[in-house]
Amino acid sequence: MIASKPDVSTLMQQVLYALIPGTLLLVWFFGWGIITNWVLAIGFALLFEALMLKWRQRPIEPFLLDYSAVLTAWLLAVAMPAFSPWWLIAVAMLFAIVIGKHLYGGLGYNPFNPAMVGYAAMLVSYPVQMTIWPEPVAFSFAHIGADQAFQKVFWGINTGWDALSGATPLDAVKVSLGLNKTLDDIYATGQFGLLSGEAWAWINVAWLSGGLWLLQRKVISWHMPVALLISLGGMAMIFWLINPQIYASPLFHLFGGAAMLGAFFIITDPVSASTTPMGKLIYAAGIGLFTYIIRTWGGYPDAIAFAVLIMNMAVPLIDYYTQPRVYGTKRSWLG
Amino acid sequence: MIQTLRKLWRNPGGLHLAENKDISTQCPSRQIPLAAQLVIPLLQHAGEKPKVVTNVNVGAYVYKGQTLAVAQSNNSVNVHATTSGTISAIELRPIAHPSGLHDLCVVLMPDGKDAWGDSRLPAYPNYTEIDPAILRQRVKDAGVVGMGGAVFPSAVKLNVRPDKPIRTLILNGAECEPYISCDDMLMREQAAEIVAGAQVMMHMVKPQECLIGVEDNKPYAIAAMQAAVDAAQDSRIQVVAVPTLYPSGGAKQLTFILTGKEVPSGGRSSDIGVVCNNVATARAIYHAVVHGEPSLSRYVTVTGNGIAQPCNLEVPFGTPISHLAAHAGGTTPQAKRWRMGGPMMGITLHDPAVPVVKAMNCLLINDELEHTQAAMPCIRCGRCTDACPTSLLPQQLYWFARAKEFDKAKAHHLSDCIECGCCEYVCPSHIPLVSYYRFAKAEIRAERTAKVKADLARERHEFHLERLERAKREKAEKLAKHKEQAQTTTDDSKKAAIQAALDRAKAKKAEAAAQTLSEDTTA
Ligand code: SF4
Ligand code: SF4
Repeated sequence: MIASKPDVSTLMQQVLYALIPGTLLLVWFFGWGIITNWVLAIGFALLFEALMLKWRQRPIEPFLLDYSAVLTAWLLAVAMPAFSPWWLIAVAMLFAIVIGKHLYGGLGYNPFNPAMVGYAAMLVSYPVQMTIWPEPVAFSFAHIGADQAFQKVFWGINTGWDALSGATPLDAVKVSLGLNKTLDDIYATGQFGLLSGEAWAWINVAWLSGGLWLLQRKVISWHMPVALLISLGGMAMIFWLINPQIYASPLFHLFGGAAMLGAFFIITDPVSASTTPMGKLIYAAGIGLFTYIIRTWGGYPDAIAFAVLIMNMAVPLIDYYTQPRVYGTKRSWLG
Repeated sequence: MIQTLRKLWRNPGGLHLAENKDISTQCPSRQIPLAAQLVIPLLQHAGEKPKVVTNVNVGAYVYKGQTLAVAQSNNSVNVHATTSGTISAIELRPIAHPSGLHDLCVVLMPDGKDAWGDSRLPAYPNYTEIDPAILRQRVKDAGVVGMGGAVFPSAVKLNVRPDKPIRTLILNGAECEPYISCDDMLMREQAAEIVAGAQVMMHMVKPQECLIGVEDNKPYAIAAMQAAVDAAQDSRIQVVAVPTLYPSGGAKQLTFILTGKEVPSGGRSSDIGVVCNNVATARAIYHAVVHGEPSLSRYVTVTGNGIAQPCNLEVPFGTPISHLAAHAGGTTPQAKRWRMGGPMMGITLHDPAVPVVKAMNCLLINDELEHTQAAMPCIRCGRCTDACPTSLLPQQLYWFARAKEFDKAKAHHLSDCIECGCCEYVCPSHIPLVSYYRFAKAEIRAERTAKVKADLARERHEFHLERLERAKREKAEKLAKHKEQAQTTTDDSKKAAIQAALDRAKAKKAEAAAQTLSEDTTA
């Protein structure tokens, strides 16, 4: 007997379980901001999902219980800045669930990764709100209380705490390089640890461990994570070897942004990814390539979302040209 | 025991399934009393339906082995009475078919004597001295078809073309479907006959080697077959244990595992120098050639939690499946679904009166119901692709079948799908994928037949038009001829009249001249 014969909802559940360690670390470093994100995102996602199902006259219960909307919401909750205002989350979920998913026909029919549709739409529309992260502080609850968090999230009142001035490591690097500083100068500030900022590095390790668990449970296959990490890391390695003063190290690229979350949780969304074994490699490698290009020369600090959407568009073509060689037939090219 | 280590090839995909075979191998196989009535379908194989012979009528007495119907073409085999008795009807009866269709059957009331009369065919104990063509005819006359499930007439398979010599004869003893153990028991109990059958086939197709592939979850069968091969002292034959992985028992899969060669898409295994036959078929061929006995019975596994005493029975064709269940300890309250074949590729039977046919290796009675879970949309997770032993893209095929884009389904090699059900088994969305493929294949077939029919109709229509045209043309020609003829006639008469007038004038002139002359002379 195959180890387990999961159905869609058990698969999604396992992905949700695998998200727990990274999410807990985020909560550890950002406190209430992540919890409000999480609750709001899941609440809006289920609401929009139910409304759309009703409007499209689909059975509501089985689809709500397939956890796909919850997964989309969870991914957005951990990708969006902590203490995002409630309406930002609402609009992001609207884009993700209503436009990214249901207007294309719902689960299984959406050509784009819904979470990334939501994220990219927000990044383009609200670049300021989308790039301000608070400084990560261990045991964050103690520093910023629930009342302050709610005031920030629901009324937009910033009750006099300065911690909200931070930026993610990638963002900081981008800004500093823009000011003609070298990476050595940036590291010299001590803001970021050996890898890419202690907190962010830890969070990425947590995503990685969750991802490895998914691999071990055979919920995802190795193709996509490996191809993405190799292509992103490889690009970073090449340019870093060329000039380490301008180009950040491979470790920084792999542990400083959303690379791990992307590799194991975002690009592995099967619906919008390539399905053939060879196609999966090409698809994920393409995402790694575009991520590096946009991070390094594009206008946004992190670029997984755009890279995913770009490669989503290429999926039909990739799938077509990477059909495996069928038993008893001649080898077609690739495959 | 010498087991030569042989290189084996690994097929893509495949599944490790719960085997559930032990429950039916606890006791040796046995025979059961004859049923009160045998229903023998005329079409038990792939190919043309044979035709009932003239002396087989309602009320006629037939002997065991007597021919009831004869093959009408190369793709057909004879059908025989599986015991002696009286024919009570020749009519449509429910048969083992997924649609629950009825088909023409000969209904036989056994007299209990099981008497052969003189209906055995001449035996060929020294078959090596006999021309393979004659042996092939014998295999066909004896009604031998592939007993692994494909029920392809064996004589056709054994017909070697000189331009495609056979290198390897494969005996398929892999039996990979869960629950089924009839080939396992047959190999344990009839190994010598199977090996003898292999030797008969080797005389017919002249291969260099014969490989008997058995999944390694059947150690007793492997040991028995090895012992029989040793006893036969035939160095060409080799028993090969293959890893247990569904669907290693598929003919194409086993061929690849053993030889590393793939049967070309749309082609036949003889194209790569391989002939593959089920072990039960080998035994039937042995009986047909060496003893002159037609194919009259087979081992059937009766199993599942719906049956009190799962077991293997050797039963004559035509025995109702209810009779099998009754002699396997009867059914239990879990007897919800009756199936011919295993859980992966079997078909559901809707009538306990359905008779055992040559294709029936297993009667699986259990409480598993079809598609209990509602299908969810395909999430393109690719699990089906990973499981497919043919390297197809099942989710794409599903999509094309649903959208009725049959051309695309064809371009994605739908016809190479062996309907093994691996994809459906792993699908987290519980999509009945194989049903979609069967539907699409049927539609494509129907389309093709419709096209052939339309072509024929068009041809006929054109022929009709042509004929009309020709008739018209002929008529016109005739008319023209008539006219011409009439014309010539009138012309002639005119000419004649003129001539006559001329003649008359001439005559007058001559007369006048003569007169003048006479006058002259008289003057
Ligand atoms: S296994 Fe099922 S859900 Fe997954 S791709 Fe195949 S058909 Fe779709
Ligand atoms: S049923 Fe067909 S498509 Fe599905 S796994 Fe088997 S061969 Fe592949």
